[in-house]
Amino acid sequence: MKDLTATQKIRYSRNILVPEIGITGQQKLLRGRVLVVGAGGLGSPALFYLACAGVGTIGIMDGDRVELSNLQRQILYTLKDLDNLKTHSAQEKLHRLNPDVCIEPYNEPFTAKNGPALVSRYDFVIEATDNFEAKFLVNDICIHAKVPFCHAGILGMFGQVMTIVPGQGACYRCVFGNIPEPDQVSSTDQVGVLGVVPGALGSIQAAEAVKFLTGSGKLLIGRLLTYDALNLIFREIELPPPCCDVCRGAELIQ
Amino acid sequence: MAIHIKLNGKTHAVEHRMDILSFLETLKVPPASVVVERNRNILHRGMFDSVVLKDGDELELIRFVGGG
Repeated sequence: MKDLTATQKIRYSRNILVPEIGITGQQKLLRGRVLVVGAGGLGSPALFYLACAGVGTIGIMDGDRVELSNLQRQILYTLKDLDNLKTHSAQEKLHRLNPDVCIEPYNEPFTAKNGPALVSRYDFVIEATDNFEAKFLVNDICIHAKVPFCHAGILGMFGQVMTIVPGQGACYRCVFGNIPEPDQVSSTDQVGVLGVVPGALGSIQAAEAVKFLTGSGKLLIGRLLTYDALNLIFREIELPPPCCDVCRGAELIQ
Repeated sequence: MAIHIKLNGKTHAVEHRMDILSFLETLKVPPASVVVERNRNILHRGMFDSVVLKDGDELELIRFVGGG
């Protein structure tokens, strides 16, 4: 493996001191490839921490531009970025933070067409999208491509997160089945979201990616972690083994 | 006569022979807004009215949260 430069040894010294990471783990991070789908509330902290940690290649997929109402939670962006493409603003910030990291921007939404080829170029995916269609699509495509990923969802002062390593535990579809009817569930456009909720969960997603790349610790597989910020309660729900059609190898559900 | 179940980790008294659908109604939770896990098995929504709660059941109501 490529030796770290003197500058890298200083930049990543606090990572390297962590016994579960060390020099070898840092080298793995620098060779690692992570795709973040959605550069919003969850994607912002996830991208910051992946770039800080020195994950060598980070894909950012988002077709949106920065809006004023994003700034309450999407910490990657400032007033200066209004109306700019999120992928471009994010790339600029992250490059200034850590030029070691190669950013691969995709200025388009994740679709059934572009998804399969894209996810198979990465070691790990962070699902940080803002709608159920995309959440199910990322799940199905990652399961088919056998690419591990970390899902998170947020609403109001509540959120949830789970890591899926295909074949090793329940996937998003095993738990949630199908896209819910829009009139049966609330959205952040209707009931809002407190910025720290995606802040906390996006950070957990980045930690899962770092653990996966370095092979350290125990991933959030087969468990759904819920975060109730209002009452400050973290709970872990034990999930069943893989049980949905996609996990059984059915054709893509689109 | 009441039985006791665990609802999202907390003990909860439930009327004897109550099915999942009626139980969700007492909680004012629309059945299509949650996933129900009973004793580590995800229950199909079509079974909500035929599955009767038993003493000691561990029930998790899992919300759909689609924001990002």
